[in-house]
Amino acid sequence: MSWETVIGLEVHAQLSTQSKIFSRSSTRFGAAPNTQASAVDMALPGTLPVMNRGAVERAIRFGLAVGAQVAERSIFARKNYFYPDLPKNYQISQFEHPIVIGGQLKFLLDDHEHVVHLTRAHLEEDAGKSLHEHFTGPHGESSSGIDLNRAGTPLLEIVSEPEMRSAAQAVAYARTLHALVVWLGICDGNMQEGSFRVDANVSVRPHGQAAFGTRCEIKNLNSFRFLERAILHEARRQIELIEDGGQVVQETRLYDADLDETRSMRSKEDAQDYRYFPDPDLPPLVLSADWIEAVRAAMPELPAARQARFQTELGLGAYDAAQLTMHRALADYFEACVAGLPAGQAKLAANWILGELSAALNRGDTDITASPVSPTALAGLIVRIIDGTISNKLAREVFTAMWAGECGGAADDIIAARGLKQITDSGAIEALVDEVLAAHPQIIEEYRAGKDKAFNSLVGQVMKAARGKANPQQVNTLLRQKLGG
Amino acid sequence: MPPPPTTVCFSFPPSLNDTMTQPTDYPSIAALGKALRDRRVSALELATDALQAVHNGPDPHLFLHVDDALTLAQARAADALLAQGKAGPLAGIPIAHKDLFVTRGWRTTAASRMLADYVSPFDATVVERLEQAGTVSLGKLSCDEFAMGSGNENSAFGALQNPHDPDRVPGGSSGGSAAAVAAGLVLGTTGTDSGGSVRQPAAYCGVSGIKPTYGTVSRYGVIAYASSLDQAGPLARSAADLVPLLDTMSGFDIQDSTSLETCNGVANAPGRITAAYDHCRGLFGSGGGQPLAGLRIGVPREFFGAGLATAVADAIEAALRVFESLGARRVDISLPLTRLAIPAYYVIAPAEASSNLARFDGVHFGYRTPQYQDLPDMIRRSRSEALGPEVRKRILVGTYVLSHGYYDAYYLQAQRVRRMVANDYRQALDQACDVIMGPVTPNVARRRGDHDHDPIADWLGDIYTLGANLAGLPALSIPCGLGGPAKHLPIGLQIIGRHFDEGRLLALADCFQQHTDWHQHTPRHVA
Amino acid sequence: MALTEQDIARLAQLASLQMDSADLAQARSDFAAILSLIETLQSVDTQGVEPMAHPLEARQAITLRLQEDRADPPHTQAELDACLRNAPAAHDGLFLVPTVIE
Repeated sequence: MSWETVIGLEVHAQLSTQSKIFSRSSTRFGAAPNTQASAVDMALPGTLPVMNRGAVERAIRFGLAVGAQVAERSIFARKNYFYPDLPKNYQISQFEHPIVIGGQLKFLLDDHEHVVHLTRAHLEEDAGKSLHEHFTGPHGESSSGIDLNRAGTPLLEIVSEPEMRSAAQAVAYARTLHALVVWLGICDGNMQEGSFRVDANVSVRPHGQAAFGTRCEIKNLNSFRFLERAILHEARRQIELIEDGGQVVQETRLYDADLDETRSMRSKEDAQDYRYFPDPDLPPLVLSADWIEAVRAAMPELPAARQARFQTELGLGAYDAAQLTMHRALADYFEACVAGLPAGQAKLAANWILGELSAALNRGDTDITASPVSPTALAGLIVRIIDGTISNKLAREVFTAMWAGECGGAADDIIAARGLKQITDSGAIEALVDEVLAAHPQIIEEYRAGKDKAFNSLVGQVMKAARGKANPQQVNTLLRQKLGG
Repeated sequence: MPPPPTTVCFSFPPSLNDTMTQPTDYPSIAALGKALRDRRVSALELATDALQAVHNGPDPHLFLHVDDALTLAQARAADALLAQGKAGPLAGIPIAHKDLFVTRGWRTTAASRMLADYVSPFDATVVERLEQAGTVSLGKLSCDEFAMGSGNENSAFGALQNPHDPDRVPGGSSGGSAAAVAAGLVLGTTGTDSGGSVRQPAAYCGVSGIKPTYGTVSRYGVIAYASSLDQAGPLARSAADLVPLLDTMSGFDIQDSTSLETCNGVANAPGRITAAYDHCRGLFGSGGGQPLAGLRIGVPREFFGAGLATAVADAIEAALRVFESLGARRVDISLPLTRLAIPAYYVIAPAEASSNLARFDGVHFGYRTPQYQDLPDMIRRSRSEALGPEVRKRILVGTYVLSHGYYDAYYLQAQRVRRMVANDYRQALDQACDVIMGPVTPNVARRRGDHDHDPIADWLGDIYTLGANLAGLPALSIPCGLGGPAKHLPIGLQIIGRHFDEGRLLALADCFQQHTDWHQHTPRHVA
Repeated sequence: MALTEQDIARLAQLASLQMDSADLAQARSDFAAILSLIETLQSVDTQGVEPMAHPLEARQAITLRLQEDRADPPHTQAELDACLRNAPAAHDGLFLVPTVIE
C-alpha cells in the first residue's frame, strides 16, 4: 500500500500594529502582567470594541501581495466558547465573509516551483495567556495565572488549501509565508514570541484515492523544525493506525517536542458548536476602492518581482536571486552595494554578500541592518578587486579589518595602511619570477615532464615571494612566457 | 444571599423647614433649574433632603446602592458650577441611574448576585455626560436582572412596588427608574429600553419616558443585554423634563461602534434634540387653536385587536380625541406583522444576550462559587448560582436559536422578519402618517407574583413596544388615563416617530400635557 | 419540534450552566411553550428578504468606523489595582483560576 500525505496549514500571524485590534492597549511584548489590558480587553461589563485601522490596512496589504481578492465588504462574527484566556468567552473573528479570499503562494523546493492556493485570510483577536506555574488559589488548590496582555492582539489567520503533499513542502510553504509577512512589514515574524504560529491539518490516503482521509489538526507549532517533525510523526501515526485496522478519529492534537510525538488534547470532548453570528457591536467593514489602491501603490516591491528583476536586469542566477530576496533588508543592502559598482558586477556583489558578509553576520549573530560594513563601504572594497588593486584573497583580509573597524572601516585606508596594494609593475613581478625559477629547478623539470600541477606550484611560490600581492594574471603570463610553453 | 446594604451616613427626623427643597416642590426641571441658578435653593440642600427621603422611602428595595458622601460631593460640584455662572439646565438636578449603567464610586450590580460587589473602574458615557452637566445622582436603582423582565420582579435584591399600588408591579425592566420618578424622589432617571423597558414601566407608573432612535445614545458603559436593540433613555414627570435629559445623554461616542455621527445630516450631539423640540413647539404655538393642524396620526388597527383591555382602549381613544381637537387627523394604518414582532424579538434578544452574558463566569470579576472541583465546574456553578431563572432561561433559548442546524431557521429568519417589520413602519411613516400612536401595554400593571409560572406570559405583553426596537425608531410613553378596579392605575399612550424625530415626539407629548393633567396625577402611596 | 432533556443538557453545557434533573424537567416544559411561540416565525414568507443586523441599515449605510493605530501607555499600579479589584482571586497582577488542563 502506497500512502500519500495531505497537508493544509492555518497560520496565525500577529499583526505589527502599535495597539490592539479592538482597543487602544499596546501590543508590545514582555510587559508586566495585565498592564496592557484595558477594560475592553478584560471584557468588563459595558465595554465595546472599536476597530483598529492599522490591522485592516495590514490585511489589505497581505491580500494584495498574494493576489487574492480583497473583499469590499466583510463581517465580524462572534465565535462562542468558554475559555479563561478569552474574557468575553467569545472571540471576535470573521466567519462567512472574510476580508481576504483566495490568493496563492509560490516557492522553490528542490529546484521545483510549487504553487499552493490560499482559501482565505481573516482578521481576529488573540486570546490571553495562562501561566501554569504553581500558583495557589484561595482554597489551596493548584492554580494557573491569567495574563490578558496578549488578549486582543490583532491576528491574521491565513488558511491554505490542503495542497501540500510532504512535510518538506509544508515547511517550504511556511517559510515562504513567514518571509513574506515580514517582508511586507505586517508581522515581525518572531516565532519565539508567538508572532507566527502554525496549525497543521494532516491526513493520509492511499495513492490514487480521490477522497480525503480523516484529518487531525496539530496546533500551535512555533518552529519550522517542530512543524516538520510533527507532520512526519502524525502521518506515520495515522498510517500505522490504519494499517493495523484502526480508524483515524478527527481531533485536535498537540506536538510534544521532548517526546517527538503528537497527542490528543484533553479539553476537546464533543465537537464544539461555536454558534457563529455577526457581531452586533460591529457594523460591516466596507473598504473603498480608493483605499485599496492607495495600499497597493504604497506596497514595497514584492519578493517575487524583485527576484525576477535581479535575474533579468542584473544577470543573477535563480538561486542567488532567491537567496537575496529572502529578506527585504538583504535585498536592499545588495542593491545599495550594486549602485556603488560599475555595471555588470552584480554577481561579484552577490558572492560577497552571500559569502563573507553573511558568514560574518552569522558569527556575530548580527542583523544585516546592524552590519558594521555598510553597502557603500563593501562596494568600495569590491571596486578595488575589479580594478586589480588587490586580489580576491587579500580582499578577505581587508574585509575582516573593515568589520573590526580598522582605519574607520574604509577599504582604501586599510589597503594603504597595511601595504596590501597589489604589485602590478611588470618589472617587479619579472624579478620575482626569475628569483623563483632560479630557486626551484626541480619543479621546472617536473613541469617540462608534463605535470601541470608543477605550474601551479610555481605560481604559488611567486605569490609567496610577493607576500600575496602580485597580480595573479601577470604572474601567470610571465611564467608561461619564461617557461616557453 | 442578603441584599447589599445601602450606605447610610446620617439620619435625622423628617424636616419641618418650609423652604422648598423637595424635587417635587417644583413643577418642572426648568423651574427647579431656574431656582438653582437664582440661588433660591442650593444643590446641597436639595441633595440632603432627597437623600433623607430616599432613606425613609416606603420601598426598601428601590435603591440598590446609596452613598451619601458621593451624592453630596456631586451636589457641591454642582453648586460650584452654579456659583461660577457656568450652569446648564441640569446643574443641581437630582437624578438616579438604573443599575445597568456602570458607575465609578457606586456599585453596579445589574440587579444580579453575579455582580453584587462589582465596582466599575469607568463610568458609562451617559453617566459621564449627565455628571458633567451637573446632575446629582442619588444612587443606583433596582431593575430586572440584566434587563430581563417586565415587572422588576427579577431583581436578585427584592421585587419592587408600584408607587400607585404596592400590590402591583411598577413594570420593567426599568421599574426602579419609573418608580423613583413617580415617588417624587428624583426629577429624572436613566433607563434602558430593548423591548419596551422604559416605556412600559413609565406607563405603569404614570410617568413619561422615551426610547430614542437606535444609535443616538451611546451604549458604552451600559451592561449589554441585546446589543442591536438596547438603547438608553430618560424617565421624568413630563415630556418637557425629558428634553434636557435626553439631549444631554445623546450624542456620538467613538467608543461605541454602533453610535451614529449624524442624524439625517444633523450632527448627533447635545443641542440637536432641544433645537428640534423648540422648533416644533414654535410651529405648534403659531397654530392658534389648532396647533397640530396638518399632523397625521397613524393608528395601527393591529394594536386594537383582541387582548387589549377596555380601559386602556378607552384611554387611548380619549387621548386621540384630544389630539384631534387640536387639529390633528387620524389615519387608519396597518402593521400586519405586529404579533410576529414577539417571536422575532424573543429570538434575537436571547441570542445576543446568551453571548453577551457569557463573560459572567467568576474568572476575572463577579461572583465565584466557594466550592468546585475544577475550572469548568467552577464556571458552571458560579453562573448557575448567581444568575436568576429568567436570565438562565433566556440564555438557554439564545444558545438554542444560534446552535448548529437552527441558526438559519430561527436567528436568520427572525432577522428577516425584523427587516419586514421595519419596512412596514417605514412605509407607514413615509407615506401615510407623521407619527404613530397607540397603547403601550395591553393592560394596566398586573399584580405582583401573577405570572410566576407562565414562561411567556410577560413576553406577550410586549406586543406594542417591540416593533420600535426592532425598527430602531424613537418611541415614548406619556400618561393618558387611569384604569384598574379602583381607577387608580396609570395608562400610557405610546407615540412612535420616524428615525431621529425625538424632538417632534417630545413636542407633541408636551402639547398633550399642556391640555391634559394625567402626568400630574400623583400616586396615593407617596407623601 | 420538541426538545428532550438531553437536548437541553447539551445547551446547558454549551452555555456553562449547571442543571439538575428538576431544572432540566422545568426547562423542558418551558421550552415547549417557548418553541411554539418562536416557531410561528416559520409562517412568514421571507423569500428574498435579507436579514437585518443594524436597525438603521435600511435607512442609511452603516459601516464600521476605524480608529487610528495608537497605543495608550501601560497601566499604572493604581489603574491595574482598579481593574483587578473585582477579581475573585489574583496574585502579582495575574488573575488566578483553578489550573487549566490543556
